[in-house]
Amino acid sequence: MTVQTAGHDAPKAGFSLYDPRLRGIVYQVLLLAALVALVWTASSYAVANMARLGIPLNFDFWNQTAGFEINQTLVSYSALSTYGQAFWVGLYNTLLVGAFGIVFATIIGFVVAVLRLSPNWIVSKLATVYVELFRNIPLLLQLVFWYTVVLKSLPQPRQSVSVFGAVFLNTRGLVVPNAVFHDNAAVVGWALVAGVVLTIAFSVYGRRRQAATGQQSPVLWVSLGLLLGLPVLAYLLAGMPIGLEMPVLRGFNFSGGRQIFPELAALLLGLSIYTGAFISEIVRAGIMAVGRGQHEAASALGIRSNVTMRRVVIPQAMRVIVPPLTNQYLNLVKNSSLAVFIGYPDLVQVFAGTVLNQTGAAIQCMALTGFVYLAISLVLSTVMNVYNKRVALVER
Amino acid sequence: MSGPGHVPHHARNHRIGEEMKLRSKALAGLLATCALGLMASAAAAGTLDTVKGKGQLTCGANTGLGGFGIPDDKGQWTGLDVDVCRAMAAAVLGDAKKVKFVGLDAKNRFTALQSGEVDVLSRNTTATSSRASTLGIIFGPVTYYDGQGFLVKKKLNVSSAKDLNGASICVQQGTTTELNLADYFRSNNMKYESVAFQSEDETLKAFESGRCDAFTTDASGLYAERLRLANPDENIVLPEIISKEPLAPSVRQGDDQWYDVMTYTVYAMLDAEELGVTSKNVDDMKKSDNPNIRRLLGVEGDQGKGFGLTNDWAYNIIKQVGNYGEVFDRNVGEGSPLKIKRGVNALWNKGGIQYGMPIR
Repeated sequence: MTVQTAGHDAPKAGFSLYDPRLRGIVYQVLLLAALVALVWTASSYAVANMARLGIPLNFDFWNQTAGFEINQTLVSYSALSTYGQAFWVGLYNTLLVGAFGIVFATIIGFVVAVLRLSPNWIVSKLATVYVELFRNIPLLLQLVFWYTVVLKSLPQPRQSVSVFGAVFLNTRGLVVPNAVFHDNAAVVGWALVAGVVLTIAFSVYGRRRQAATGQQSPVLWVSLGLLLGLPVLAYLLAGMPIGLEMPVLRGFNFSGGRQIFPELAALLLGLSIYTGAFISEIVRAGIMAVGRGQHEAASALGIRSNVTMRRVVIPQAMRVIVPPLTNQYLNLVKNSSLAVFIGYPDLVQVFAGTVLNQTGAAIQCMALTGFVYLAISLVLSTVMNVYNKRVALVER
Repeated sequence: MSGPGHVPHHARNHRIGEEMKLRSKALAGLLATCALGLMASAAAAGTLDTVKGKGQLTCGANTGLGGFGIPDDKGQWTGLDVDVCRAMAAAVLGDAKKVKFVGLDAKNRFTALQSGEVDVLSRNTTATSSRASTLGIIFGPVTYYDGQGFLVKKKLNVSSAKDLNGASICVQQGTTTELNLADYFRSNNMKYESVAFQSEDETLKAFESGRCDAFTTDASGLYAERLRLANPDENIVLPEIISKEPLAPSVRQGDDQWYDVMTYTVYAMLDAEELGVTSKNVDDMKKSDNPNIRRLLGVEGDQGKGFGLTNDWAYNIIKQVGNYGEVFDRNVGEGSPLKIKRGVNALWNKGGIQYGMPIR
C-alpha cells in the first residue's frame, strides 16, 4: 500500500478540502463536536428528567445522620455519624485493603518469580502451578472461595482457638489484645521515630562507605537494634506506659481487644494471591530480560548468587518490571471493590451501596465513588512513574 | 394526559425537549438524536397506551424471594408480587400471561422503574416517605403488611430480640433493613456487630456458616430464607417485629391513569375476596343479583371505561389470577411451603387491615 504523504513536493496552495491534512483536521473537529454535543444533550436530558421526577441532584445528604452501623471502622463512627463520615470510613477501608494488598501481592510476586526460575524442578513446577491456577480463575470466585474456606474452617466464638488466653481465633475473626496508652506513651512513639530516622541515616552511611572503601557495614543488625531497642529502652525508662486490654468472651462475642474481621482476611488473601500470580510473571519476564552476561560477570567477580540477584539482576530488571507492575497495582485497588460480595465494608459497599440506597442519590454517589477510584489510581500511577524514572536507564 | 395540574409540567418539558432536539440536530445530527430519543421516550407517553401498544406489561420482580417473586425450575415466575403484575396484565391486556418479568435487585430496582425499563415495580418494596419524595415514584396499595424480624439458631437459646445484645448480625445492604436494625439496637441501648452483604444469598450463607448469630430481614423473607437452610427446623424466627414494612407495588410519578390501573387492580382482588368471588366461581357469579358483584365483574355499569380498560377487566383478573385470598394462600399462606398466617393481612372484616376501595 502506498501512503500519500503531504511532503515537501505537495503544492502549498491555500485552504482546499482536497488537502489531506486539512481534511483530517476537519474530520477530527467534526467528530469532537459531535461527541461533545452527544454528551451535552444526553446529560442535560438526564438533568431535566431528574428535575421533573423530583430527584435531587446535590450533596445535601452529606451532613445528614447516616443511621446505620459499620463493623470495621478505622476512624470513629457510629449510627449517629453523618453520611459524610460513612464515606470516609469506606474510603479508609478501601485504602487499607489496597495498601496491604499491594505489599503482599508484591512480596508473593517476587518470591514466586524467583522460585519459578529456580533450577529445582519441584520448586519451579509448584510455582508454575500456582501461577496458572490463580491467574486463570475469576477473582470473584476466588474471593467467595476464600471467604467460605475462612469461615467454614473456623470455630464458633465459644470454641475459639486460643493462644495464651490473649489471642483468639473464631468465625468472628482474629481477636488480639488492644494497646492501652497511658500518660508517657508518647515517649515510646518518639523513640520509634528516632529509631527509623537513625536507621535510614545509618543505611545511607553504610552505602556511601561501601561505595568509597568497599567495606560493608552490618546494616541489618544495627537497624534491628535501633528499631526494636530504642522503643523498648524508652518503654522501660518511662515506666511501662503502654498496657494491654485483654479480650473477654461476653455473651455472643468477645469484648475488649482488637478484631481482624474474616472479611478483611479473605479479601486480602484473595486479592494478594490473585494479583501476586500476575506480578510473578511480570517479575519473571523482567529477570529473564537481563542478559546472561550479567550473571556470568557477577559470578566471575566472585559475588554470591543471592547477592547477584539482589544487587545486579533485580535493579536492571526493575526497568522492565515497573511499568506493567503499576497496572497490576491499579487493578488490585479497583478489584478491591468486589468486597461487596463478601461483606467487607469498602467504599463501594458503604457509600455506593448503603448510602446510595438510603438517600436515593444514585448519580452523586456513583460519580463520587468513581472519582475517588480515579484519584487513587492517578496518585498511585504518578508515584510509580516517579519511581520508574529513578530506575529507568539513563541515556546520555 | 391526566389531571389539569400536570399540563404545564408536561408542556414545559416538551418545550425543553423541542429546543434540545433542534440544537442537537444542528450540531451532531443523527447520532445524538438517536440517543436522546431513547432517554426522552421513557416518561413522555402514557404508560397504559405504551403497554397496550407493546401488547405486553414489563414488570420488575424479585429473582429470589420464595412466595413473593422467584422463577421456578421450569422458568415460570411465581409469587405474590408476581401475581400482582399478572393481574395488571389481565386487566389491561385481557391476558395474565402477557407479562415480561425483569429480575431486579434491591439496588437497581428504582433506577429500572425511573428509566422506564419496567412499567411497574412489584418487588417486595417497602413504601416509605423518602422513596416517594426523592425517587420520583408513587406507591400503590399495600399488598402485604410486613415487618423486619430476626432469624436465629435454636441452640443459642434466644427467645427474644432483646437478648441479642452484643450479637453479630448478618444483614443485606441496600435496603432500609440496616437503618431499622441500627434504630432498634440504639433505642434499646444494645450493641451489635453489623455484617452487611450485597446479595441475599451471601447473607444467608454467612449466617449459616456461623459468621453471625442472627439474620435479619423482613419477616416474610425470613420464613422464605429459613426453608433454604440445610436444617430449617434448627432455626426460629423471633417474635419481635422491629419495623413497619408495608410492601407495595409502585409506578412512576406523573402518570395518574397508570397509577389508577395499578391501584384498582389490587382493590379489585381485595373486593373479590370480600364478595366471595373466586377464580372458580367467577363465571357463575356473573349471574349474581348482588349489584356490587355485578359492577365488579362488568355486568353492570361502565367501570372499566373510565380507566381506559374494558369493562370485564376485573373479571379477567379474578378468572385468570384469582382474588387476594387465593393469591395469598397459593404463594405464602397455608397452600405454600411458607405457611405464613394471614394475621394483619386478613380482610378488614376478618380481623386484619386489608381493605379494598369499592368498585362503583
